[in-house]
Amino acid sequence: MKIAIPVDDSTLNKEVSMSFGRASYFLIYNLETNESEFVLNNAANSQGGAGIKAAQQIVDLGAKVLITPRLGENAAEIILKAGINIKKALASSVENNIRSFANNELNDLIDIHAGFHGHH
Amino acid sequence: MKIAVLSGKGGTGKTFVAVNLAAASFQSTYLDCDVEEPNGHLFFKPSIDNSEEVRVKIPFVIPSLCNGSRKCVEFCRYNALAYVQEKLIVFEDICHSCGGCVLVCPNDAIKEKDKGIGMIQDGKSDDVRVISGFLNPGKASGIPIIKRILQKTKPEDKRVFIDCPPGSSCIVMESIKNADFCLIVAEPTIFGVHNLAMVHELVSVFKKPFAVVLNKCSNEENPAKTYCLEQKIDIIAEIPYNEEIGTVCSNGFILVRKLPKYRSMFENILVTIEKGVGK
Amino acid sequence: MKRLLILSGKGGTGKTTIAGAFVRLMKAKGYADCDVDAPNLHLILRPKTTVNAKPYFGLAKASINFSKCMKCDLCRKHCRYDAISINSSGNYLVDPFACEGCGVCCYICPAEAISLEESIDGKLELFKDKTSVFSTAQLKMGSGTSGMLVSEVKKQLQPFEQDIDIAIIDGSPGIGCPVIASISGVDMVLIVAEPSLSGLNDMKRIISTAQKFFTPIGVVINRHDVNPTISKMIEKYCREQNLPLLGKIPFDRQVNRAVNAGQTIVDVDCPAKNEVIKVFKATIELFNSL
Repeated sequence: MKIAIPVDDSTLNKEVSMSFGRASYFLIYNLETNESEFVLNNAANSQGGAGIKAAQQIVDLGAKVLITPRLGENAAEIILKAGINIKKALASSVENNIRSFANNELNDLIDIHAGFHGHH
Repeated sequence: MKIAVLSGKGGTGKTFVAVNLAAASFQSTYLDCDVEEPNGHLFFKPSIDNSEEVRVKIPFVIPSLCNGSRKCVEFCRYNALAYVQEKLIVFEDICHSCGGCVLVCPNDAIKEKDKGIGMIQDGKSDDVRVISGFLNPGKASGIPIIKRILQKTKPEDKRVFIDCPPGSSCIVMESIKNADFCLIVAEPTIFGVHNLAMVHELVSVFKKPFAVVLNKCSNEENPAKTYCLEQKIDIIAEIPYNEEIGTVCSNGFILVRKLPKYRSMFENILVTIEKGVGK
Repeated sequence: MKRLLILSGKGGTGKTTIAGAFVRLMKAKGYADCDVDAPNLHLILRPKTTVNAKPYFGLAKASINFSKCMKCDLCRKHCRYDAISINSSGNYLVDPFACEGCGVCCYICPAEAISLEESIDGKLELFKDKTSVFSTAQLKMGSGTSGMLVSEVKKQLQPFEQDIDIAIIDGSPGIGCPVIASISGVDMVLIVAEPSLSGLNDMKRIISTAQKFFTPIGVVINRHDVNPTISKMIEKYCREQNLPLLGKIPFDRQVNRAVNAGQTIVDVDCPAKNEVIKVFKATIELFNSL
């Protein structure tokens, strides 16, 4: 099963990114094989609708779980429609978050915020 | 003659000046293009002759025709489309209504529907025709409303006053596009001057004749006046800040109607503009 | 890092003046000016450090290559923004102010004569010294991508999150895109109201916009004594909507003088200063209780 986590550095011991839509990379972690792949977030420099474009990318990468500190309503609509589980990230390293997820310690993300609508 | 009243900063008295100029004028038209926070109608309290919804075109997909090519998703510069579980999702509030997705779809699966973003009210207050635009809260751009408001004037309208949004962004540009003259309202604070400079640049780029009205003047230092003198900008009037004016306005009354002694101040501004100042 | 956003709906109510005072009182380690169209906070919080500036690229704009153009008129017919016109020499031109960078003209052109070009729509600035970080930006005249730039201004504070307790954000007037972009993700909105009919009306519209985001809202009435009747109407509205009224600041000529001298209200001794301090304390108390 693939887990997606937004990150700003391509290392496992750094913290999870505060932003989903504009994180620099997405870590795609395979729980079965323990393989990590850092994929550039195509949406990072988007004018607007970054959350939407990032969510589309997560869906296309085949992730089944998304661990993120926050998510806008537009991105959330896409992620939920794709049947992807959304977990609230801990303010901690990526490694810790993966471990916590594996131990079933992470909560579902329930506070979805209204979108940025970042352009006119 | 179309006179746009604008200011770099909000709260300088744009609406105050535009409303009073329209009221002091004979058979004028007042256009409220500050569609995010329209206030002119609060002063005019017009009787409404006509209300019109302003709509933009939003795409929707015909699922049976969609074969998942995703050309629309790739094309959209605003990321307003997503394709999930073989279904196309349209994010209507992000869409710019460009019509591109309709064009690029290889199967003609995308059509457009109309969606309301706000409305325009057309009415009268004594002999002033009052047209106000209202953008629905949550909607991003008022440009389609401003465009529609500006279409409502006729060539035979002698005096049209355009109450512009604050600032110098694209919605202000849209409002002054067809104006014959720009009247800039400035307040005596350094905040005002900084933004006055931006609006000055704007009207210069558009090559509009313009002049300044200094509002809320007192005996204190006036950085806006200093700026105008340095830049050799014509100052048409210096409206004082006094309790009488402040009270009338804050209570939503039109100064020239409530206290006719102030009428001549605004009539003088009109005469000066029509004589050809600021060219 | 928590964020307190100061909004008003109507312009000229005193947002920036109050934001500046709060930054001083809090000795804020991070603050931002999200009024990117008409930024003013730097005029009273004069940063002394050198700035880290970078251009802000807005939406790319279409550009027509005359030599390839076949004058088929397809681009102009399809442009939804009236951004393409023909000049006196018969050449097709894109108005960069009206262009929204949608790419339809590029797609439809049979001669491949149109391309989207990067456009600098403003600049971002970050002032940093030992004790604080100040993020601001200036949108270029006529630009339309202010919402995006607002997001960038907020984002500039993110790397310093660990060091900032509460960030003060000065917002912009209106209810449109830049305001929506500024509200997103903040922990509380403080609305500065002005006791005039216009002010009351605009306050209701901004409250309605902010309520869509389920962000806690507090209200302060500035220059309340200029119109006590309408001031009371604002108080009544707040009670009806269950919005905490955090204080009422009196009209004070010294405020303008302070501002024009490049100072905040709390840098001079005046009646308004005492009220602002009360409002500040009430705001922080509410903020911490959320």
